[in-house]
Amino acid sequence: MGGSYAIDISGLRKSFGDVEVLKGVDLKVVQGSMLALLGPNGAGKTTIVKILSTLTAPSGGTVSVNGFDVGRQSDDVRGSIGVVNQFMALDFVHTGRENLVMMGRLHRIGTRAAHRRSEELLEQFDLNDAADRPVLTYSGGMRRRLDLAISLIAAPSILLLDEPTTGLDPRSRIGMWAAIEGLLADGTTILLTTQYLEEADRLADQVAVIDEGRIIAHGTAAELKRRVGEERMELTFAAADDYAKACLAIAGEEALCDAEKQTIGLPADNTNRLIAVLGRIEQSGVDVGSLALAKPTLDDVFLTLTERATPVSATLEGEGVK
Amino acid sequence: MTTATRTAGGAPRLQRSNAAWALSDARVLIKRYVNHIARQPDEIITAVMIPTSMMLLFRFMLGGGAVDVGGTAYVDYLVPGVLTVGVTLIAVSTTSGVYMDMQEGFVDRLRSMQTMAVAVVVGHVVAAVLRAVISLTALFALAFLIGFRPKANVLQWLGAIGVLLLFAFAVAWIAVLLGQIAKSSAGASGLALILTFLPYTSNIFAPTDTISTGLRTFVEHQPLTAVIDSVRALLLDQPVGNSVWLAVLWWGGITALVIPVSARKFRRRYS
Repeated sequence: MGGSYAIDISGLRKSFGDVEVLKGVDLKVVQGSMLALLGPNGAGKTTIVKILSTLTAPSGGTVSVNGFDVGRQSDDVRGSIGVVNQFMALDFVHTGRENLVMMGRLHRIGTRAAHRRSEELLEQFDLNDAADRPVLTYSGGMRRRLDLAISLIAAPSILLLDEPTTGLDPRSRIGMWAAIEGLLADGTTILLTTQYLEEADRLADQVAVIDEGRIIAHGTAAELKRRVGEERMELTFAAADDYAKACLAIAGEEALCDAEKQTIGLPADNTNRLIAVLGRIEQSGVDVGSLALAKPTLDDVFLTLTERATPVSATLEGEGVK
Repeated sequence: MTTATRTAGGAPRLQRSNAAWALSDARVLIKRYVNHIARQPDEIITAVMIPTSMMLLFRFMLGGGAVDVGGTAYVDYLVPGVLTVGVTLIAVSTTSGVYMDMQEGFVDRLRSMQTMAVAVVVGHVVAAVLRAVISLTALFALAFLIGFRPKANVLQWLGAIGVLLLFAFAVAWIAVLLGQIAKSSAGASGLALILTFLPYTSNIFAPTDTISTGLRTFVEHQPLTAVIDSVRALLLDQPVGNSVWLAVLWWGGITALVIPVSARKFRRRYS
């Protein structure tokens, strides 16, 4: 299906002076699907979004959006996309409704249509009650929702979201996710960048992992997680002696003994197995300091995929159990 | 290859000529920045307060004959210069407004749309001139209250207002350019303050006779002195000499230089 990708990037290179930020990126997004671009700060995610939204010119390669070339047909590209940048471009002294109508008119959909779309979007994003208050009084979550609503004012077929949930509290993040899922269900093609594995996992059909300007992995979230490893139980010990004894007691089991951090990591996907292993540690009479569930994090993804260091979880998520 | 724009549930773009759309973009953004004047009244109040206190202070401290201004009442001598202070102070909020639009992604958002992004600059300039008009009106009103008695006829009034508006227009464009080149928020305010300092190195408070030669040459020939001289001569029905032409040449020339530089800087951020 040669020309039917909503976003089609091949061999994309971008240099700023001597610094090569993108070193040959290939990405394709099927119409009506979502691709999450996962990577740390400085990996090149924002540069890709800027190129797709015609703000920055590629140094090499071809990039087309909705079938239009970003360089030669930039105006057609601009007419096809909605963009949410990392820094929200809201007017704080104007109300939510005024922001929407203003951006609608700047999108050239006409004053009447701008008003009608604003009504719909205020309703859709649960901003009705705050519609006539200055944006200055909005919470962080409301500002993000308004920003997303603005990007949809001209009903774009392709949406580019650059870290839309960075800095949001968990509840607002879930609200944003629900809004994004709704858009996907409506048939919008979405490219989303994120630093959160969980976000990519929850939302995207396809996940591409980018690091230092290169796509280092590409697949479904499930495929990616399989490569990284599942949830682990991590044990920490009060004394060095206890750590050594426990490690000895479970010799032969699938476990990761980290001598430097004095921790033991156990696979947590098989509960019976886990209980059995914990039982052997208990029988050896050592004092387990604390237990914690460690989910694979972005750190794990990078450590695994780039093999820059030993694949031992550096970050713990979840509740610590004493 | 099918490239039909999906418009389900949304709004298709209307068909109008490019010029009509550019005008529409400018109107929307002019409205945005004009609204800012009313909704952030502290900015215009600050910009009027400083020349207001200056006018009162100098009128009552030096107005009793401490300065020899050659036959005219001191208040009549003072007012035209303070008006230019009012105009330059407008630059501060324009510069920081442009800086914020560049930094906070508003301009980038417009550049990723079909909007004529340079309409942002048009909006800022129109709002800046409007702020200058508000400030000048308030200062004229105060001037009359404290004894300012111009002797100008209608033509001279129109000439003086024309020179002041041209000056305000030029200051607005300079302020826009400063906002574009500023590297930080503090830098933006700092750059604008340089502009507001210009009136103090002119003959605003006293004639230049007693200033040392080197500084005097600068004071008498700096572009702002031409504005003050011409407005003063026009309003007080004195001989204007070549001051009006000098003011028009200076500030018309500066504007003609700044606009293309500003437009070029605005475009350059694309690559």
